[in-house]
Amino acid sequence: MIFEVFRQERKGQAFAHAGSVEAPNEEFAEAYAREQYGRRGESAALWVVPREAVHELEDFADELERNYHRVDGYPLKEKLGRARERAGTAAA
Amino acid sequence: MSERAQRLLELADDELILGWRNSEWTGIAPVLEEDVAFSSIAQNEIGHARALYELAAGELGVTADELAFDRQPDEYRCAQLAELRLVPDWARTIARHYLYETADQLRIEALKAGDDRELAGLAAKIDREEAYHRLHARMWFERLQDDPRVQAALEELWPYALGVLDEELRPLLVERVGREPSPLVERGAHTPGLAELWAEMTLVRRSLPAGASW
Repeated sequence: MIFEVFRQERKGQAFAHAGSVEAPNEEFAEAYAREQYGRRGESAALWVVPREAVHELEDFADELERNYHRVDGYPLKEKLGRARERAGTAAA
Repeated sequence: MSERAQRLLELADDELILGWRNSEWTGIAPVLEEDVAFSSIAQNEIGHARALYELAAGELGVTADELAFDRQPDEYRCAQLAELRLVPDWARTIARHYLYETADQLRIEALKAGDDRELAGLAAKIDREEAYHRLHARMWFERLQDDPRVQAALEELWPYALGVLDEELRPLLVERVGREPSPLVERGAHTPGLAELWAEMTLVRRSLPAGASW
């Protein structure tokens, strides 16, 4: 079985994918993950997850290019600037 | 030599020689992940040996390196269980791993509770790493213990395992492993394999009599 290993570098930080280990069961997977990703003080914590438990999604339909749904699709800064100009209160 | 220094050398030699034997699996373990894990355990054991040699070295007025590499094979105090060459037999390796870690735990617990506070402190540190060795040993042992090859290896190695411990700790090992008391292989004499191991282990060191410097 393949287990994916996620590593947290310091307490409070997000876990990032570190790699994977191959093991016959969870117990072996934990032991191997500990040896490969934890024994040099490089991790504060590990998540060891069977690969089947990870659901990968990569089909994102966006046929109508509704980019206004995205946070980067709405240039607020420009619009704010233009509104300030119209109101005569442009920032210095 | 003081009784304490003698005792430290027994512990250190066990860890050095077993670490060395376990490291013989590097590159040839049954699966790649195990190769990494078992090599890492071997390296830990050698690290424990280093710390123990340093304690002994302070008392004997020598260096840890001198203790590890400059003695003659018959001066080593390791138990024969540690020195047996078991590659490429994984069943016997797991049987030894399980027996040694179980015996070592009893010894470490006794040291932690002992009057020698310096050694008790080091034993506590070592124990925190050994906890993962025991986890590893137990997980393999549980998986393979019903295999007749592992059963035969336990039978064969049991007298050696008893020889790792001082007399007063042996009944505890009997209880923990759940086998009958048996005649045992006492510490002191060595198998011919130790001299071969020693020749290889000290090769670089002996090639530079003036002292290795890198």
